[in-house]
Amino acid sequence: MDFLLQPWPWYVSGPLIALVLLILVYFGKTFGMSSNLRTLCSIGGAGKYSDFFKFDWKAHRWNLIVVLGAIVGGFIAVTFLSDGSTIPLNPETVSDLRELGFYDAGESLLPAEIYDWGSVFNIKGLTILIVAGFLVGFGTRYAGGCTSGHAITGLSNLQLPSLIAVVGFFAGGLIMTHILLPLIFGT
Amino acid sequence: MKLLKFFLVGIFFGIILVKSEAVSWYRIFEMFKFQSFHMYGIIGSAVFLGMLFLWLMKKTNLKSIDGDAIHLQPKDRGFVRYIIGGSIFGLGWALGGACPGPMYILLGTGVFSMLIVIAAAVLGTFVYGVLKDKLPH
Repeated sequence: MDFLLQPWPWYVSGPLIALVLLILVYFGKTFGMSSNLRTLCSIGGAGKYSDFFKFDWKAHRWNLIVVLGAIVGGFIAVTFLSDGSTIPLNPETVSDLRELGFYDAGESLLPAEIYDWGSVFNIKGLTILIVAGFLVGFGTRYAGGCTSGHAITGLSNLQLPSLIAVVGFFAGGLIMTHILLPLIFGT
Repeated sequence: MKLLKFFLVGIFFGIILVKSEAVSWYRIFEMFKFQSFHMYGIIGSAVFLGMLFLWLMKKTNLKSIDGDAIHLQPKDRGFVRYIIGGSIFGLGWALGGACPGPMYILLGTGVFSMLIVIAAAVLGTFVYGVLKDKLPH
């Protein structure tokens, strides 16, 4: 059972993600997590401001249930299926991160320098989280999907729009990682 | 009961993404630095098998659990919205290290500051909906 508690290698995780796609398609649905953000807007009454949010959100309840499960899954994974091992990052990554002021790379899933309350409750920390979330929410709807909808489902279904979107994901990610993160965190 | 199966799929998905470390900000950073094969292996093998599964489903005319034909809604044709929207998404993904699935999963792992990111993502989606007709697609 030890293998369950250790980090899972890519050749186990990747196929299991494909299985999630397969199960959802077999259930007559699709794999797309970002649609839930639109559903949440609709539930919150955003239909008053844009027709984009005027749809029968109850038909998308199943996807919100997937989200609920995902939250519980995250809890189960760290509580019962974890042996506390660190993330085996490339030593180069660890040293690059140290230069940016991230000192515990791989000790936990997320850097304390961004997500700990001590980092969140000042103008810079709060701005980082809000800007990150806003860009993801805005960009994903503009592009009509996220990692699950475009990168996994769309590419699996051989859709050209998804390939363009994934090129965009990488363009943005590379600009952030190589140019903007050093400006934001570098000293 | 009909919805329970989706709850179980969600749990499965959440566990996979934590155990694969795909929800880790560090893994995303490492991916964009091209310093590890890990994330490429995950996405690559998921897409490869996904292609195979979907091709087999179409080939064998597999019916869904409710007996309907399997049909994946194709994305609209276009270029501008995908490249610009995708790039905006990528900027946020590499900054916060979380895309729309992991956001919720990480909340479940006990990172409550993620609620701020989720709220901002809902706001971003809302602003897109309001500006939609003024944006190039």
